[in-house]
Amino acid sequence: MMKKYFDANYKDLPLGGLIEEAGNAENYETGTWGTFKPVFNAELCIQCMFCWVYCPDSSILVNEKGEVTGIDYVHCKGCEICSVECPTKPEKAIIMVKKET
Amino acid sequence: MPELLALTGNEAVAHAMRQINPDVVAVYPITPQTSMMQKFADFKADGLVDCELVLVESEHSAMSATVGSQAAGARSMTATAACGLALMWEILGIASAYRLPIVMPVVNRDLSGPINIQGDHSDTMGARDCGWIHLFSENAQEAYENTIQAIRIAEHHNVLTPAMVCLDGFIISHGVENVTIYDDAAVQKFIGEYNPAYMLLDAAKPMTLGALDFSDFYFEHKVKQLDGINASPQIILDVGKEFKQTFDGEECYDFFELYQMEDAEYAVVSMGSTAATARMVVDELRDKGIKAGALKLRVYRPFPSAEIAQALSKLKGLIVMDRAIAYGGMGGPVNIDIRCAMYGINTTPMTLNYIYGLGGKPIEPEHILSAFDELLYAVKTGKPKRAIGYLNLKEDYDPATV
Ligand code: SF4
Ligand code: SF4
Repeated sequence: MMKKYFDANYKDLPLGGLIEEAGNAENYETGTWGTFKPVFNAELCIQCMFCWVYCPDSSILVNEKGEVTGIDYVHCKGCEICSVECPTKPEKAIIMVKKET
Repeated sequence: MPELLALTGNEAVAHAMRQINPDVVAVYPITPQTSMMQKFADFKADGLVDCELVLVESEHSAMSATVGSQAAGARSMTATAACGLALMWEILGIASAYRLPIVMPVVNRDLSGPINIQGDHSDTMGARDCGWIHLFSENAQEAYENTIQAIRIAEHHNVLTPAMVCLDGFIISHGVENVTIYDDAAVQKFIGEYNPAYMLLDAAKPMTLGALDFSDFYFEHKVKQLDGINASPQIILDVGKEFKQTFDGEECYDFFELYQMEDAEYAVVSMGSTAATARMVVDELRDKGIKAGALKLRVYRPFPSAEIAQALSKLKGLIVMDRAIAYGGMGGPVNIDIRCAMYGINTTPMTLNYIYGLGGKPIEPEHILSAFDELLYAVKTGKPKRAIGYLNLKEDYDPATV
């Protein structure tokens, strides 16, 4: 469905801007918006889960054991909240890096 | 059985709403619409309608409630006038973008300021490009019939576009006329059951309405929105024809009504109650041997450009009456539309634009006659005294003195 939607011409769009499939925001790539991207360093991470709690875009990846494993760059908008909230010292387990253009 | 009743225009439209018996009606008072909703609330209190009456705190809320309930799957209506319509403006565009077939009577009144509560067309002209259908009514009967037809037009699945039924403040809304109210069952059969194209309360089909839409699709959605209003002209004609046949009606069911136009050399275009005055003037001119005619515009949006151009192309001279000023534009909004419609046809008549009736300023036959005098002079000499005139103004507006 999403493929159909994103490739759609105006004629094929659902009426009135409707989104006919619940929860399909996951298929909408917003990861291209940022100027900076967060980079995760597993060796410094203390698994406090602050980044996971604060991320407004559910872009902190977590495995079955509940451990932070990295960043979902398809949806991360580069807001930097995770990095600001990360408590590890002296170096943060998430740092922001300028994206290559 | 049809009943002939003495009703104000507001009461006549309230009767149309009683017969439509919408699922939800959002109510907020504003002069000169108030007595319409008051009458409808009477019908509700008397148990003649079983709709949900929502008393809201502003017109912005009235249109928001109407959009919400219509999107949920309920046939929903509200009514307004003037500054109330202006306050709704934001939501008007949302209603049309979501393709919600809301029908809303608008009792045309001027906009503040200075504050004035009487009639002109400034309010709906401000909303002319909001994606709504605009039907203008000449009298209470037409306001009643347009309201019923608007439901069928708006809800047609090729159209799915909201519609305003416009009636002149006080002249129609508060003047008492003989109005034929058709049989309840016949009207209800004509309207039929509401069959929404989508409804948010359909639990089996979850969906999102009103999501964020960026540059990758907003433009595409807005262009797709054109489908509805572009499909509406044929549906307006079909519904009008069916209405006329069903009820043996005698009003205007076309985009516009022509009066004495077969051999006319000079004509006047007007909308709303002024059309009746214009016809009187045409009769007077015909008695003097002047080949005058009149065109009453009923459907203002979608604007019937090609049909208008054809109807007016053989004239020598044309008067366009505007009950609103398009500040900084060329006269009034109807003038702008008519001139656009006439562009490119090689027989464009001498066209003069007259602004009139703002804030309820009376328009009488002598005023339209004076416009015809100027038109005849302009056609004869090839030079109009003025391209844009102001009828019944205390002193002629002279752009040269600015
Ligand atoms: S930068 Fe913002 S969006 Fe991206 S992972 Fe961190 S908190 Fe989430
Ligand atoms: S906030 Fe920092 S330390 Fe805590 S889980 Fe996230 S990356 Fe690890």
